[in-house]
Amino acid sequence: MSDPAEIGGEVKPRLPRGVHLKHDETRGEWLLLAPERVLKTNPIAVEILKRCDGNATLSEIVDDLAAQFKAERARIETDVRALLGELAAKRMVDL
Amino acid sequence: MNALETTPTPISAPVGILAELTHRCPLGCPYCSNPVELDSRAGELDTETWKRVFSEAAAAGILHAHLSGGEPASRRDLVEIVAHCKKVGLYTNLITSGIGLTQERMRELADAGLDHVQLSIQDAMAESADRIAGYKGAFARKIDVARWVNEVGIPLTVNAVIHRANIARAGRMVEFAVELGARRVEIAHTQYYAWALVNRKVLMPSHAQVEKAVAEVEGLRETYAGKIVIDHVIPDYYAKYPKACMGGWGKRTMNVTPHGKVLPCHAAETIPGLEFWTVREHSLIDIWMNSPAFNAFRGTEWMLEPCRSCPRKTIDFGGCRCQALALTGDARNADPICHLSPHHDKVAEIAATFDDVDANVSASDYIYRTLKTRVPAE
Ligand code: SF4
Ligand code: SF4
Repeated sequence: MSDPAEIGGEVKPRLPRGVHLKHDETRGEWLLLAPERVLKTNPIAVEILKRCDGNATLSEIVDDLAAQFKAERARIETDVRALLGELAAKRMVDL
Repeated sequence: MNALETTPTPISAPVGILAELTHRCPLGCPYCSNPVELDSRAGELDTETWKRVFSEAAAAGILHAHLSGGEPASRRDLVEIVAHCKKVGLYTNLITSGIGLTQERMRELADAGLDHVQLSIQDAMAESADRIAGYKGAFARKIDVARWVNEVGIPLTVNAVIHRANIARAGRMVEFAVELGARRVEIAHTQYYAWALVNRKVLMPSHAQVEKAVAEVEGLRETYAGKIVIDHVIPDYYAKYPKACMGGWGKRTMNVTPHGKVLPCHAAETIPGLEFWTVREHSLIDIWMNSPAFNAFRGTEWMLEPCRSCPRKTIDFGGCRCQALALTGDARNADPICHLSPHHDKVAEIAATFDDVDANVSASDYIYRTLKTRVPAE
C-alpha cells in the first residue's frame, strides 16, 4: 500500500487532522508535528508538504514543483513518492 | 550567580510538557504512574495559572502539550485549557481513560482545536479490563469514547499497559485498537515505580510470558503496516542496556504536577534531596534553565563509573535515575538494568522470582490507586 512506486498519480495527498507543518520560531526551522512525533523537514520536504492540501493530485504537485524549481520531473517525482510513501507508512499523510 | 558554576553545555529548548491537570481519576489502575502520595483537589492550579503555564511553554519552545492526569476530563475547564493551548500554538494531546467524556464534550474539544486523543485500555476483554481498572463498565464506555473520537475526526492512539493479568492478550490488544479505529497503538510493558512498584508482586509476568508477548506484537507489525503504527515499549527487566529515560534528564520534557511543581520526570520526587521549583513562584523557562532538580542530572558530569567512561553515556544517559535509586540506593549510579552495572544481579534476582507465576490475578490482590487510602509499607 505504501510502496512509493505503487502510489497512483491521481491520489490527493493531505495531512490528516493531528498532523501539522509548523515553522518553529525557537529553533528557526520547519517541523512536522504528529502525535508523539516531531520530524525535522528539509526544504524540499517542506515544499512538498505545503502542497499536500487534499485538492492537488500527486501528478499536479510534481508538475508544480518541477515548474517552480526548474527541475527534472522524474527526479522530483521520485522524491515526492519516497516522502509520501514513508509518511503514509507512519500514518502522517493520507493518500 | 553561582560561583561554583562549571562551563555548562548549552541547554536546548524543551520539546514537550506533560501537564498533570489533576490527580483525580475514577479508575484505580494498580500500575498507575502517578505518585503514591497523590495531589489533592484543593491545591490544584486554577484555570488562569494553567493558561499562563501553557503560554510560557509555547514561548519556551515547547511543541507538544500532553494533557494528562489522573483523568484530565475530571477538570471542568478542560475545553477552555485546550482552546488556550491552541491559541498559543501548542500541539494538544489528551491522555485519557475516557471516563468523564461525553459525546457533547468530545465535540467541544474538537471545536477547541484538540489535535490528538490517547485513550487507555486495560485489556481487550470486558470483565478483565474492568477488574484491572477497578471500575465496572469502563470497558464499554471506552468503546463509546473511541467512536466519538472517530466521529469528530481526531486521530486516536490506543494505549495499553501490559502486566500479568493481560499479557496473554498483548497481540489481541493491537487488533482491538484497529477495531477501535486507532491509527497508532502503544503496547507498553509496565515500568515498576510508583503504584506499579507497590503492586509489583501481582503485576510482573514471567520471562516466558514476556518473550511470547513481545514476539506476538512484533509479528503484527508487518500484518498492520500502513494501517496502524505500533509503538512497543518492551520491558526493562530483560534488556541488556537501559532506556534513555525521558530522552535524557532535562533534555526534552517537563512534567507539571496538579499543584504546580515542575519535575524532570514523573517519578523524580522519589529521589531525595532534589529541589523542585513551582510554577507559582517561577516562570517555566526559569525552571527549565535554573532549577536545581533540572540541573542535577543534566549532561554527563554527575555520572559515576561505569557510565562515566562508557561510550554509550550520551546515548542512554545512564538510564533511569529513579530506578538506579530504587535498586542501588544512589540515583547517580548506572541504571541496574544495564548489564555493566555492578548491581545488575539485583534485577535478575527480582525477575527470577516471577519465573513461575500464573496469569490468574484476582481483584483482591491489587492495591488500587486511590486518593484516599494509604498504602501499607512494603
Ligand atoms: S493509570 Fe489508571 S488510575 Fe492512573 S490516571 Fe490513568 S486511568 Fe487513572
Ligand atoms: S554503563 Fe551507563 S552509560 Fe554505559 S550502557 Fe550502561 S547505563 Fe548506559
